[in-house]
Amino acid sequence: MGLEFDLLLLTIVGIALLTGSVPGAIAGFFGGLAVDVMALDTLGFTSILLILAGYWAGRYGETTGRGRAYAASLAAFAMTLLVGVAALVLHYLLGDTVSASAALTPLLPSALVAALLVIPVHNIARSVLGGRAPGQPPGQVELV
Amino acid sequence: MLGVSVRRPIAGQLPPRSTAALRRRLVVGILVLVSLVLVTVSFRDRDDGRLAGAQEAAASGLRPFQVAVDRIAEPFRDAFAWADSLLTARSETETLREENTALRQQVVRQQLAVRENARLRALLEYRSGLTFPDGFDGVAAAVISRPAGAFAQSIVVAAGGKDGVLVDDPVVTEQGLVGRVTRVGDRSARVMLLTDDQSAVSGVDVRTAASGIVRRGNGPRSALRLDFVPKDQVLRVGDTVVTSGWRSPRLSSYYPRGIPIGEVTSVGRTDTDAYTQVLVNPFVDFTALGSVLVLVRRVEP
Repeated sequence: MGLEFDLLLLTIVGIALLTGSVPGAIAGFFGGLAVDVMALDTLGFTSILLILAGYWAGRYGETTGRGRAYAASLAAFAMTLLVGVAALVLHYLLGDTVSASAALTPLLPSALVAALLVIPVHNIARSVLGGRAPGQPPGQVELV
Repeated sequence: MLGVSVRRPIAGQLPPRSTAALRRRLVVGILVLVSLVLVTVSFRDRDDGRLAGAQEAAASGLRPFQVAVDRIAEPFRDAFAWADSLLTARSETETLREENTALRQQVVRQQLAVRENARLRALLEYRSGLTFPDGFDGVAAAVISRPAGAFAQSIVVAAGGKDGVLVDDPVVTEQGLVGRVTRVGDRSARVMLLTDDQSAVSGVDVRTAASGIVRRGNGPRSALRLDFVPKDQVLRVGDTVVTSGWRSPRLSSYYPRGIPIGEVTSVGRTDTDAYTQVLVNPFVDFTALGSVLVLVRRVEP
């Protein structure tokens, strides 16, 4: 799992937080598919991981993470851990030779770095997609 | 509440929130299913199928996009590498420190081995040299125990009865006389050093042939003294004292003749003393003994 994948994960997390779970899952699917195609890897492998990451990050943004300043960092941290473990399990299920210690040991530091790197990524995504900055008062109230 | 109209869902129709949740799950489920199908097909297809061909073609088509993504990712990659180097610096320092310790120990071991090698080579040269006493064989032995203090002037060497060592055998190095074996085990022997109170060796000054008994010195200036040297003998500082190796019809010295003992460092005479007071500095450094030769008397056939 290279840094490109990590950056893609952060981008998916940023998109999902801004747009919601379904767009996050769709972005994850196509982003993962692009990675698999370009890397000539097993198609669909990265897609599954990024669909789940996009969906859960989106759900977090739609519910408890809405408007919180640390939402992006927390989501990136959690999704990096989740995707790392899920990738290990998927590799194992596909019969690939994987070393659990080699895969899991750098996971926590990677998640910490991801929690920092997601901040500029999230800001870029917000400037592209548009959206309210955390803490900024909403312009309108939706009555349900 | 009375008077307020409440909008109720039509029977058989789901509320908008449930519909949205259902749609959401449906989309995600379809995407996961498509991905699983892709994984399965791609996994079965591997390298020579249609899907692989399509993937290769798509990869070629996406190459410019890949280059662009790579350029965009570069600053992030640098930041990641910087953070990674910070995280790994501590463990790398620990590893390097451990390696450094191991290497330092290795260097010390090699230095000790070189010194031991030089010492053994010197012993070997001494054993095959002209000054090695006739009628003796040299049994090389490592010193396995050194004097623990000023009161214990003996060492233990790694050669014993099974090596032919007997009690009273002389012990030497290439520098000179060390002492005499006082106790013998199977594979080890205790050696009384010249500096022991009980030690007495008949010695002779090489230049004047003045003889006396070499014993432990009284003060810190010199480790040994040469007793019973007649006053008419004129010894000088710097003279060499060796074993005299006397022999009588019934008795003989433990030590063969000519083994270097030490150098005269002081010569004094007083009217009241019957003998000349001679202090001798031993050639052997008793504090740094590593290997010795036990002189085993050769048995004539």
